[in-house]
Amino acid sequence: MTMETALPRYTSATDRSRRDAMAARSARRDPRTEPGPVRWLIIGVAVAFLSVFVVLPLVLVFAQAFSKGIAAYLSALSDPEALSAIRLTLCVAALSVSLNLVFGLVAAWAIAKFEFGGKTFLISLIDLPFSVSPVISGLVFVLLFGAQGYWGPWLQAHNIHVLFAIPGIVLATTFVTFPFVARALIPLMQEQGTQEEEAAISLGASGLQAFFRVTLPNIKWGLLYGVLLCNARAMGEFGAVSVVSGHIRGETNTMPLLVEILYNEYQFVASFAIASLLAMLALVTLVVKTVLERRLDEGQIPHGH
Amino acid sequence: MSGGLRRNTLPGFGLTMGLTLTWLSIIVLIPLAGLFLKTMELGPDQFWAILTSRRTLNALKISFGLAFCAALVNLVMGMIVVWALVRYRFPGRRLFDAIVDIPFALPTAVAGVALTSLFAQKGWLGAPLAELGIKVAFTPIGIFVAMVFIGIPFVVRTVQPVLLDLDSEIEEAAASLGANRWHIVSKVILPSLMPAVLTGFALAFARAVGEYGSVIFIAGNLPNVSEIAPLLIVIRLSEFRYADATAIAVVMLVAAFLIIFAVNRLQRWAQVRAPAQ
Repeated sequence: MTMETALPRYTSATDRSRRDAMAARSARRDPRTEPGPVRWLIIGVAVAFLSVFVVLPLVLVFAQAFSKGIAAYLSALSDPEALSAIRLTLCVAALSVSLNLVFGLVAAWAIAKFEFGGKTFLISLIDLPFSVSPVISGLVFVLLFGAQGYWGPWLQAHNIHVLFAIPGIVLATTFVTFPFVARALIPLMQEQGTQEEEAAISLGASGLQAFFRVTLPNIKWGLLYGVLLCNARAMGEFGAVSVVSGHIRGETNTMPLLVEILYNEYQFVASFAIASLLAMLALVTLVVKTVLERRLDEGQIPHGH
Repeated sequence: MSGGLRRNTLPGFGLTMGLTLTWLSIIVLIPLAGLFLKTMELGPDQFWAILTSRRTLNALKISFGLAFCAALVNLVMGMIVVWALVRYRFPGRRLFDAIVDIPFALPTAVAGVALTSLFAQKGWLGAPLAELGIKVAFTPIGIFVAMVFIGIPFVVRTVQPVLLDLDSEIEEAAASLGANRWHIVSKVILPSLMPAVLTGFALAFARAVGEYGSVIFIAGNLPNVSEIAPLLIVIRLSEFRYADATAIAVVMLVAAFLIIFAVNRLQRWAQVRAPAQ
């Protein structure tokens, strides 16, 4: 109670002193902010820069996609090749995201709920894929599974296709999206500590019960946040998938790869039609991300990536 | 962060740690180790010959040089953007704040074709620029433009939280001591933003060096002129010259690790500098 009554008086006091200061400043230039023209120059440059470099390319994607009308747009999207690319992208993303979802939960449990040496090192190993160029992320799997790779000859002898087939695409996608879920969960679960789980277990819950009944409800928004970003990257990955896919038409072309192929064949409407779907995915991802960030208390989740 | 013993009452450490290490090894560590093993198969002479061949050197120069320039632009423009977003109120501010993340979220191939069409000779921006005699698409300038695009979020997002947290009392103290605005910004605010600014710069640089999808469409891909190192890796792979691809990849990977190491150092420096709260 005392806090509540003390607080408004305090803020109103600072308000009053601020108002006094503002009145005093109106006479001379305020050294705590920039003069008006400078302020508007900075805002103008920032807005112009973002408009030219970010808004314009985004608008162009949709303008090009619809440049020959809605009928051409829809027919481009219902092309068998487009449909097969959409199916493959959804399928690869579903597999990679599920793998990373399970891994993220398991890794976050081990890292956030227990103390052990080398934890920072382990986290930086999980982070590694973020700092690897997409092309190199594909290359490492070519070196393992390619015809000249370590296991290539053995796989060939047993007629198992990894490279230039769906398993290779899933592996490369899983590699580039590896850190997302774990990175979203670890700080969140570290902050939440272990007391609630310990209480559940002391009341007779099993480890799994404690996880599903206590931990999971606590981390659901963070988990969704990680899955969201992981999925966006999985569906949009280009470099790594391009290296391992082999570009077999109608078979191993994901949506981003089809964007490239159609663009290089000067089928701009078709290329931008597929691109517009991916751009919408990005926009929806950003909107949901903003909502989730507001749900999660500020400062609990890392920004970016 | 208290007592280690108490934590042992939770089950599943052995199982989850075992699964984590196994899966990490299968997906990340073994594939990356394979790359280094493959490089070991090359003799040092062969390795050196690949790296110092004219085409490789030029590709590395183009990737690292242009990435550095693009990261510098990102640093300056990022500071302007973050300043406008944090310090001022203007219509559409929240929208522009959200827009900053688009280069993260937009698939690189989409960014690639969009930027290429935008800056092509008949494009919305390419046409007026062509009248001025500036050709962007299919030249090194195009590579630079694409690298600037993908680097936009880094400086903004690393500096934003620091600028938001910056204590206005320090500024007010400096003002009451008679410092003018320029002195306050350059002597008080910028130094405390420095670790975050450099971190953003390094992250943007690392991203641009390795970037492939958004660059190759607009680059022109002329060997020795507008061919980036990641593209040369892809070309060598398609020619089945695995040794060449591997050697270039190792150099880029080591460079990326060095940058990340530098970023970690910067972050530690920032933590030391930041006053305990």
